[in-house]
Amino acid sequence: MSGTVQVLIIRTAGTNCDRETQSAFELAGARVAVRHVNELTGARRVFDDVQIIALPGGFTYGDDIAAGKILANELRMRLQEPLRRFLERNGLIIGICNGFQALVKMGMLPGNADWTQEVTLAGNDSGLFEARWVYLRRFPGARCVWTRGIENLLYLPVAHGEGKFIARNPQCIQRLAGAGQLVLRYCTRAGEVTGYPGNPNGSQEHVAGICDETGRVFGLMPHPERFVLTTQHPHWTRLNGRRPADGLAVFQAGVQYVRQS
Amino acid sequence: MIWRVEVQYKKKIIDPEGAGILKGIHDLGIRDVCAVRMAQVYLFEGELAEADVARICDVLLCDPVIQEYRFGSLADAKFRQSAGRGIHGVEIAYNPGVMDPWEESTSKGIRDLGIKGLSSVKTGKLFLIAGEVSEKQLTTIAEKLLFNKIIQHRVRIEDLERTLNAHKEIGYQFKKITAEILGKTPDELTALSKQWQLSLSRDEMVVIQQHFAAQGRNPTDCELETIAQTWSEHCMHKTMRGTIDFTDTTKKSRKPQRIVNLLKSTIMAATEELNKPWCVSVFRDNAGIVRFDSAQHICFKVETHNHPSALDPYGGAGTGIGGVIRDILGVGLGAKPILNTDVFCFGPPDTPAAALPAGTLHPKRIMKGVVAGVRDYGNRMGIPTANGAVIFDTRYIGNPLVFCGTVGIMPKSASFGKASAGEYVVVIGGRTGRDGIHGATFSSLELSHESETVSNGAVQIGNAITEKKVLDVLLQARDKGYFSAVTDCGAGGLSSAVGEMGAAAGVRVDLEKVPLKYRGLSYTEIWISEAQERMVLAVPPKKLKALLELLARENVDAAVIGRFTETKRLQLFMQGECVGDIDMHFLHKGVPAVVRRAVWKPPRIRPVRRKEPAALTKALCAVLGDLNVCSKEGIIRQYDHEVQGMSVLKPLAGARNDGPQDAAVLRPRPDSARGIAVACGINSRFGEIDPYWMAAAVIEEALRQIVCVGGLLSRTAILDNFSWGNTARPECLGELVRACFGCYDAAVAFDVPFISGKDSLNNEYAAGGRTISIPPTLLISALSVVENVEAVVSADAKRAGNLIYVAGKTYDEMGGSAYFVVQGWRDPALPRVRFAQSRKTLEQVSAAVRAGVVSSCHDCSEGGLAVALAEMAFAGDLGMEVDARKIPQQLSGPARRDDVLLFSESNSRFVLEVAPEKCTELRRWLRGVPHACIGRVAGQDFVVSGMDQKPVVRADIQTLRQAWQQPLRW
Repeated sequence: MSGTVQVLIIRTAGTNCDRETQSAFELAGARVAVRHVNELTGARRVFDDVQIIALPGGFTYGDDIAAGKILANELRMRLQEPLRRFLERNGLIIGICNGFQALVKMGMLPGNADWTQEVTLAGNDSGLFEARWVYLRRFPGARCVWTRGIENLLYLPVAHGEGKFIARNPQCIQRLAGAGQLVLRYCTRAGEVTGYPGNPNGSQEHVAGICDETGRVFGLMPHPERFVLTTQHPHWTRLNGRRPADGLAVFQAGVQYVRQS
Repeated sequence: MIWRVEVQYKKKIIDPEGAGILKGIHDLGIRDVCAVRMAQVYLFEGELAEADVARICDVLLCDPVIQEYRFGSLADAKFRQSAGRGIHGVEIAYNPGVMDPWEESTSKGIRDLGIKGLSSVKTGKLFLIAGEVSEKQLTTIAEKLLFNKIIQHRVRIEDLERTLNAHKEIGYQFKKITAEILGKTPDELTALSKQWQLSLSRDEMVVIQQHFAAQGRNPTDCELETIAQTWSEHCMHKTMRGTIDFTDTTKKSRKPQRIVNLLKSTIMAATEELNKPWCVSVFRDNAGIVRFDSAQHICFKVETHNHPSALDPYGGAGTGIGGVIRDILGVGLGAKPILNTDVFCFGPPDTPAAALPAGTLHPKRIMKGVVAGVRDYGNRMGIPTANGAVIFDTRYIGNPLVFCGTVGIMPKSASFGKASAGEYVVVIGGRTGRDGIHGATFSSLELSHESETVSNGAVQIGNAITEKKVLDVLLQARDKGYFSAVTDCGAGGLSSAVGEMGAAAGVRVDLEKVPLKYRGLSYTEIWISEAQERMVLAVPPKKLKALLELLARENVDAAVIGRFTETKRLQLFMQGECVGDIDMHFLHKGVPAVVRRAVWKPPRIRPVRRKEPAALTKALCAVLGDLNVCSKEGIIRQYDHEVQGMSVLKPLAGARNDGPQDAAVLRPRPDSARGIAVACGINSRFGEIDPYWMAAAVIEEALRQIVCVGGLLSRTAILDNFSWGNTARPECLGELVRACFGCYDAAVAFDVPFISGKDSLNNEYAAGGRTISIPPTLLISALSVVENVEAVVSADAKRAGNLIYVAGKTYDEMGGSAYFVVQGWRDPALPRVRFAQSRKTLEQVSAAVRAGVVSSCHDCSEGGLAVALAEMAFAGDLGMEVDARKIPQQLSGPARRDDVLLFSESNSRFVLEVAPEKCTELRRWLRGVPHACIGRVAGQDFVVSGMDQKPVVRADIQTLRQAWQQPLRW
């Protein structure tokens, strides 16, 4: 495969984080196109020259009914076939915040044959929108290609009102854990499990991100695209010269995976 | 046929909204309610089969993991509210004619499912309240917590169908209406103005009568309304721009000073004299524009939305932020919004319900509603809300203040627009409804307990997603050159927007072409409706097709409603018949000048100052917990302050991300280290003592914050927002004049121009025969350029062993200080600004900060040095040892007290943290500025030794942090 990795960012009414997601992918070395969903539905072979699809954060269609729901419905009803073909071609998908909510509600995550919804992202336990920074730890055995090579804790911001991960039943969580589909969990600075506000929404098993069976479709509530420059860190002025940019590693891992496969 | 669907959480799942309401019910003192759950209600009208509805529920409306649903035909008597035994159902829906924001998105979802035959969607909320409650208590719960009667109502199922059909029955048969004013006496004219809610004065009505008498005809209703909107205080600022005879009772000469155009002779005069080449567009467009770098400009506008927020806190604040965002979209050829600010003034949240004047909402409800309104609108727009302030005073109970600001960025070439004859008038975005009729004229009146009934239509409902779509396409259309002028529909609706755009040349509008939300609007209602999320463009004929295609591609409604002309007249048509034909010159320049009287008489304040407490630790905790000083984290965390990924200095930072910062810093372009800093100053406690010194102090406060983070003082622009009482009272107007004088003197002294501003007058609340006026309140917002964001300095202490310096002198200026408020003491001597020394201090501290000499820098304002030092300490998770004897001061006699040293709010002071090896360098930068090393960063305790060398404050930083964080943590 050639060196160029083409990313397609899908936007629609209420997509807010398309520009910064584009910047993050560009910093990771990819080429990026941002397209309105209306340009994709009805068009043929829309994903043929694309290796990565990104659904960015925002409040698509106002998050009316439930966060990400109307976009999920639209993608499922109007782009299901091209998306399935894209996945068969080993394409990568990342859904961040509202994008994650959409992937879950269209049943693409955790994913099964007929895309039946098995998990959800419900209203935060606090009843409020929460904008704060959280530590994240990779679940042991997570098979997600987007977190490959990331061994340290990640420090990233969340900004959502509906991020509480709930599975249909306990067996579902066990199955996902066994299959390496639970990817990131909220934790303390020391990597230990934690309650509010370290777990900002009350997620079961402190889950912050999951992937599908292949590890190529990834969704997470935190915003890696908001920490690709050191000056985005909430107290970078006291880092004594260290220059972290934790979020960039996620985009690099995705782009790297495409390059190598 | 009408289908009704109810979706609610499964029994085992937490219902966060229900839980929040339960807490609210307990706060009301109703203890016997044990649980509240909420069901989302949908009503679908149209030709839908049962299987269709089931599918809509399964796939679209219900989350199968956590929710369940039931549905049935509304006509089915068995299918009623789903309340069980011991459970009371209270259902809330929007009033007829009020936009239901979910209608459009739910319809889209159903269309995507391929289901046809739906004709309308309505939504509601059914609250299921379990417990022993009386019908009376249910009514209280519903009115206090569940709905606002201005926009919503409690549904009675048996009336549902009738309510649904309510506005369908309102047909509209076009009929031209004229206002019979010829031959009327001035008294009759005044009565007419009142009856039509025009807010036009007697003199103004007479001038209008003369104008139309000369043409030998009566005006149409639409013409009269247009003039009223255009001449309203809200749109024309007649007081600030009028003539004033000002008497200063402190001066020997009692001869009044005549001021022609207060705004022009003070605030705008300062800008003109300073004549900065980097000021691109000031006081002429929807926002002030200044240069950012060689290719881009930045712009800033701050608006008030006080009266709507008093009546409907959630909707009022939401449309406030929505409106100021449109100002940025409508400046020049449109700018991209990159930051929102919000500043609120509320009544104390712990006010007992019995102490509230009739007709007011509880301050806590107003505060929660306003914060939620800004949160939901700002977050949905994808614009970070990263700077603001909240202050409290009992006089804001009936008349809270809501200031919303937006900063934008634009290419240089987009700075100016101009509509030309022959171009189309195109309205895009939201559809026009009966919402917000008379907003502009209503805001020019005082509020009273009757406001909620008379001003029903004045409240608008926003829908952020409609505006976000407009934002997305507008910037694309701008970059493609599809339009040559743009403005937003704000107060006055189309009448103001189109009237302004066509002011120079003339314009013709065909009102039946305006897209409507529902039938039944008269031509006048169409013309003056303040329905939200609408922009007006001037489009060259050649570009029209391409523009309409772009809008259609992104599902944005648009319509060509008229054309710009060369007639110098505003011409309105309805179905081909002329319903308005006004001379543009009369409309924009015809308002009669009035001379108002203003008197400045300083309030008599008898000093009260008791013996200094032996220890000041308790006092420090009390001042940290003063509502104006304490942490606003509970609000800040509800705002997405990092969306767009530009933030460099967030509103809270420090070792635990919870320490206060002085100004927000953004980096608009990831590939450049150039940034902007945004700050604000507000202090109504000074305002009630002397508005002149308040103005000087809040300007300096905003500038100090810019200096602290490393913004360039020489590239700082400021904005004024006055919220005042009724300026028909000469004393009240005198206070305004005094504040404007302060603005002029400070701006000139600091060499900092004003670029935009707004005044909101008549902020009073009348009930029970008493009128309560707000204290004089001036918000100053500052916008500056940061050359290198990597050199930005934050306010949190960085390292044990570093030294603490204070720059600037402390005076005995305790009037209006948080410490005196906490102690219940009073003093007329408020902080002054010694302009020459102050400018020197600001400039030299700024140079030191930008040279990278200091590790942290914090502004010293409310709560004085003690608060500034404590904040730096706990923000850095580090203790401090301070020797009060070393603080540079000018105290004499009985004023030589530790509490004065620590809590005086004298201006022009900074606290600086510096590494020992950089001390000499810092002292070099501060040459000529009073300064001293007063202590060092050490341990985990905050210790201040007083003038007698014994510790007067000793507390661990966790205690201080707690005192600061506790008050508004709910």
